[in-house]
Amino acid sequence: MHPLVDAENGTISREIFVNPDIYAEEQERIFARSWLFVGHESLIAKPGDYITSRMGEESVVVTRGRQGGVHVLLNSCMHRGMKVCRYDQGNTRLFTCPYHGWSYGIDGKLVERPGQLVGVPGFEQHYHGELDRAAWGLAHVGRIALYKGTIWANWDASAPDFLDWLGGMRACLDFALDHRDGREGGSEAIGGIQKWRLNTNWKIVAENFIGDLYHDISHRSVDLVGIGPSGGKGRRDAQRPRMQIGFPGLGHGGLGETPHNSEPDYAPAWALYPEVEAYYRELHERRVRNLGDRLRVTMSVGTIFPNMSFHGRQPRTILIAHPCGPTQTEMWRIYLVDADAPDAVKDAARHYYLRYSGPAGMTEQDDMENWTYATEASKGVIARRLHYNYQMGLGHARPVPGLPGAVQNGPMAEENQRIFYNRWAQFMTQPGWDGMMPAPARALEDAD
Amino acid sequence: MPTDPALAALLLDHEIRQFYCAEADLLDERRFAEWLDLLTDDLRYFAPIARNIRRGDEAAELTREGFEAAWFDEGKVTLRQRVEQLATGIHWAEEPQSRTSHLVTNIRVLEALPDAAAAVEVRVRSRFLVYRNRLADETDILVGKRGDTLVRVEAGWKLARREIQLDQSVLLAKNLTLFF
Repeated sequence: MHPLVDAENGTISREIFVNPDIYAEEQERIFARSWLFVGHESLIAKPGDYITSRMGEESVVVTRGRQGGVHVLLNSCMHRGMKVCRYDQGNTRLFTCPYHGWSYGIDGKLVERPGQLVGVPGFEQHYHGELDRAAWGLAHVGRIALYKGTIWANWDASAPDFLDWLGGMRACLDFALDHRDGREGGSEAIGGIQKWRLNTNWKIVAENFIGDLYHDISHRSVDLVGIGPSGGKGRRDAQRPRMQIGFPGLGHGGLGETPHNSEPDYAPAWALYPEVEAYYRELHERRVRNLGDRLRVTMSVGTIFPNMSFHGRQPRTILIAHPCGPTQTEMWRIYLVDADAPDAVKDAARHYYLRYSGPAGMTEQDDMENWTYATEASKGVIARRLHYNYQMGLGHARPVPGLPGAVQNGPMAEENQRIFYNRWAQFMTQPGWDGMMPAPARALEDAD
Repeated sequence: MPTDPALAALLLDHEIRQFYCAEADLLDERRFAEWLDLLTDDLRYFAPIARNIRRGDEAAELTREGFEAAWFDEGKVTLRQRVEQLATGIHWAEEPQSRTSHLVTNIRVLEALPDAAAAVEVRVRSRFLVYRNRLADETDILVGKRGDTLVRVEAGWKLARREIQLDQSVLLAKNLTLFF
């Protein structure tokens, strides 16, 4: 399918992690037509609120319109390209370009009200009233999807629906976004996005979070110290068995507990914080009642193709690996809490997230070390002749009963990575949407 | 104890400067366990994230302590865990270890309680430039402001609160394995 991805034998050329030409091609073939996470609605709660975000290498402004709708606009003046917004966040009625003064509304349209000093300066006098202002608003994305607070955008207006894009992975993402008591949605982003640069290729990040239990060994130092909110050893509290769950044809996957119809017994997870512990215990009872015997997936970590990853439980965060060059990535971390949780619960969660993740995260730090020097050691002409090995569990995938379109391959495998790179190869070789989406999957019945 | 207030302020200033120089030595000589001894048990160690915001909107420039994300927002328990992690010898982000130099400057005692002569608590503002070099070419220069509260104990001074304002919005370093 792609000369550098040998899915059959489970090997992938190092070129795709370091080669500038391949990187440039990815911008067009992947980032210009994939659903990309651009922000969280709680960060733009009021009309006129905005944040600047990224879609691949492109800067975009994500705004809350006067009527409450969400807009995603290319952050570049249509006249000479200057960024119309260089703030990270704020509230405004207008984005005025500093260069020649073209002014756009929060919806990206050129302001047209006559007699105002905004819109297009000199419209009557110098443009002789002839500029088609309606055609020269800020470029906006082809499609927008709002999903349980998360905001997604796609440059390609002909892209498939976001929910089709997610497919069965939706149930996995839900675990991170739904309220802990089982209600749909209900999570919010806490303010302040951690942003930092890292010298690695964006795919190295995405493929780690798609489910790589094998790399646990790299976190032994933090496990020895113990930073979990129950005070024991390890990074987090004891988890029930997790499997690699992946979605062939979609490129998503994660680590989680295969679908179940009842809630496992409550496991105390916040023993160091009695008030928080009591809250979660009570929440568990509500969750049991609210979910009844409905199917659920319990997730710890996952990646939505191409570059959005999330942690579902401990911690609970969203990570975007923004491409920033063939061997540079800008990491964004957004932390999630239940919007209506008591302050003490939010506070304990926030402290835990910050010691776990991000540049000061005692777990994330060791990942970044590995990604950085794997990248450096893969740049040379000799190194580039070699392929990375993704053969773990090759040929041992089996369907996941109850989860449409999913396969699982035990706790440790590289099935999800193979799924991810197969999807990558598909995007890199096929320009249109023909045959790009798997047929809607049906939930498989139990094998027996 | 000097009775001249100007002289008392000068001596206090000197004492605080010596404290910072000694603290920087502990960090740069990787004597992290001893550095922990300079912190009160209820220390707050907070490093907000800086945002690019419109002039006039400065209240939103730094993330808020207690509510929003930060680079660090923790106490001594977590700092001790960081030190323990470094000591394992398998914290790969610091194995091999970084070389650092902490330059602490623009030191100014903003407030001394009850006064300079009998100070038991001081608020101090300073600047830092931390140079870090690791392996061959991994180099970071992190610069910013510190706002400290120091309290007098029998053995000298201890740090009760430190707010670290890094002069970067997108952190241009891959990690924050160091202390400020």
